[in-house]
Amino acid sequence: MTTKSIMIVGVGGQGTLLTSRILGGITNEAGYDVKLSEVHGMAQRGGSVVTFVRYGDQVAEPIVEEGQADVLIAFERLEALRYAHFLKKDGVLIINDWKIEPITVVTGTAQYPEDIIENLGRTHKVYTINAMEEAMKLGNPKAFNVIVLGMAARHMDFTKEDWLKTIEQTVPPKTIEINKQAFLVGYGR
Amino acid sequence: MAEKKIMLGNEAIARGAYEAGVKVSAAYPGTPSTEISENVVKYEEIYAEWSPNEKVAMEVAIGASISGVRAMASMKHVGVNVASDPLYTASYTGVNGGLVLVAADDPGLYSSQNEQDTRCVARAAQVPVLEPSDSQEAKDFMKFAFTLSEKYDTPVILRTTTRLSHSQGMVTLEEREEIPDKPYERNISKYVMMPGMAKARHVYVEERMEAMAEDGCGFPVNRAEYNDTSIGFITSGIPYQYVKEVFPDASVLKLGMVHPLPKKLIEEFASKVDKLYIFEELEPVMEEQVKAWGIRAVGKEIFTRQGEYSANMLRRALLPEGVEADAPAQVPARPPILCPGCPHRSVFSVLNKLKIHAAGDIGCYTLGAVAPLSVIDTTICMGASISSLHGMEKAKGRDYIKNWVAVIGDSTFMHTGVNSLMNMVYNQGTGTVMIVDNSTTGMTGHQDHAATGKTLKGEVVPAISIYKFCKAIGIEHVVEVNAFDLKELEKVIKEETARDEVSVIITKSPCVLLKGNVFPDKCVPVPEKCKKCGACLRPGCPALTKNEDGTISIDETMCNGCGLCMQLCPFGAIEKQPK
Repeated sequence: MTTKSIMIVGVGGQGTLLTSRILGGITNEAGYDVKLSEVHGMAQRGGSVVTFVRYGDQVAEPIVEEGQADVLIAFERLEALRYAHFLKKDGVLIINDWKIEPITVVTGTAQYPEDIIENLGRTHKVYTINAMEEAMKLGNPKAFNVIVLGMAARHMDFTKEDWLKTIEQTVPPKTIEINKQAFLVGYGR
Repeated sequence: MAEKKIMLGNEAIARGAYEAGVKVSAAYPGTPSTEISENVVKYEEIYAEWSPNEKVAMEVAIGASISGVRAMASMKHVGVNVASDPLYTASYTGVNGGLVLVAADDPGLYSSQNEQDTRCVARAAQVPVLEPSDSQEAKDFMKFAFTLSEKYDTPVILRTTTRLSHSQGMVTLEEREEIPDKPYERNISKYVMMPGMAKARHVYVEERMEAMAEDGCGFPVNRAEYNDTSIGFITSGIPYQYVKEVFPDASVLKLGMVHPLPKKLIEEFASKVDKLYIFEELEPVMEEQVKAWGIRAVGKEIFTRQGEYSANMLRRALLPEGVEADAPAQVPARPPILCPGCPHRSVFSVLNKLKIHAAGDIGCYTLGAVAPLSVIDTTICMGASISSLHGMEKAKGRDYIKNWVAVIGDSTFMHTGVNSLMNMVYNQGTGTVMIVDNSTTGMTGHQDHAATGKTLKGEVVPAISIYKFCKAIGIEHVVEVNAFDLKELEKVIKEETARDEVSVIITKSPCVLLKGNVFPDKCVPVPEKCKKCGACLRPGCPALTKNEDGTISIDETMCNGCGLCMQLCPFGAIEKQPK
């Protein structure tokens, strides 16, 4: 299999590392060679963060570069726009329809772009979900990232059962049920 | 079948230390090296500690090595500067038990104040450097490093970079090798470096490095992969992966030992390929040596000394078709900021109001340099806030620093701030030092230190009191203040900066991300009382946004309930409600 490249982008503190752990687990379980690359340290403090996941028969570089992502999972609209050029021509863009204003917008030195999803939809295959709203319905706003992952899972090479099993093995025992529910909300879209 | 596991580079380094039979590990946290110790500590067979700084960590490891066990120290690249004093001389003494320094460089400056290349330090200290390319090699090279260290009587540096340290890949696990302790024998010509002895050891150091350069031609970590010989690359570390990604059919000389360089192997490789490129991140360490030998190669003429490399960089430089990708969209930057509920924001809001400049230090609070807080004027290195403020006073007089303070975190204060404060007392400075004490090493992800009362192993120990320390070195005016008590903070800062002697203000409130540190309430706007003055928005809390009508919203998923915005509102238009 040729190497598949997934990117998860969001704002520091949104829990991109949990999502990448699940992705790492499932690709590993399926017997692929896998490499993940993530950001720790200062950028995690509310900055723009990005995680790369690559899997296949043999993976060389651990990062995904411009023009190479098969699936781009964005936990926030502006971050979707920031990294959209990392997608391949036929790559899939999953966007959590949620806005977190960067400090540059809060202080008035920059404007938050309008109509991000509509504009990206003209040039890319875009799927959106307001995962925060859905997660609140489940009673746990923190589960939003697994909802988004559920939606992205439709565009990867694993079965629903594989995903649920990996979630069981990856998340803290107390949160297994909520995370499985959350995954299914996204997967059902 | 051997167990395989997906591991972070740093986790694999820790595993390598475990399998190599390491018994002592010391470190000071620093991105991207922190997770090495956090994983080493999981192995009961290894004694692991957070030391107050990298110099101490290195010396702990040196002592353990002299006593006859395998030992390691780990740190980020700038930590190596702090540890360089013992490192340079440990190069002369050599080792008894194997001794490895893991140095984590940060090309691309993901979380650092400079982009220095540890290989330059290694060359100056005459210490060999191994550089792995993935998690599996990180583990394997760690083990090889101890073998080398004992065979050639030298400390060995294992160099990693942010990309390697924070990437995960498959690793095959092996058993721990129980290495018997080496007997200790008193040997002052080896372990007491006074001039007579050191002269003799310097001769040995040269011989050792020559021998390693020679023997390195046969080390399995240095590997020539011959394919199409029209193009050849000399590379190492993570850049090797970029070469394999873009030129899977090219010939590659993959160097696992990047100092000293295996001359014969390089000459042979160079003679077999038509066009030779040297692809190394940061400084032209390999390139300069190779070119000094008269070998024709292309390196920094086309590849930058700055930032992190990538496969696309190679494509753009060497492939006629370049890179096929859309242009990036022009979007507002999203720089890192202090978290909602961060006590530093509260302290900085007062300094900003009083128009006080701050000589800053290394930690999350460095983020107080940028708008809207705009308080920190300088950030150099660990501990420099206090000493540089002292230097300003000595240059310009005590009145000049009446509207200045030094701002330093608790962990950074314990690291090297203590020395600077002793200097301020000794040399009769009059500066005001604010120790912003959040009870942890925040930016690297919450590590304990000597003033938190807990060790890396999780043992509860007596916490060193920063307050008593300051008193003990003779500072009369040491004040502790709740970091969220704005009125008291303002009063204390005015009083202490006015004094003509050294004063210390310790602002206290634990990091809001620390487990168990939860404010009971959340902040909620009351729009009918809001006069739209914007006072609450001034400190730049990311949970607050301005609505189109000028009132504010508070994102309840982000708000930690610290109440700073509520204190700043003169109209009672923000209330606390139970979470």
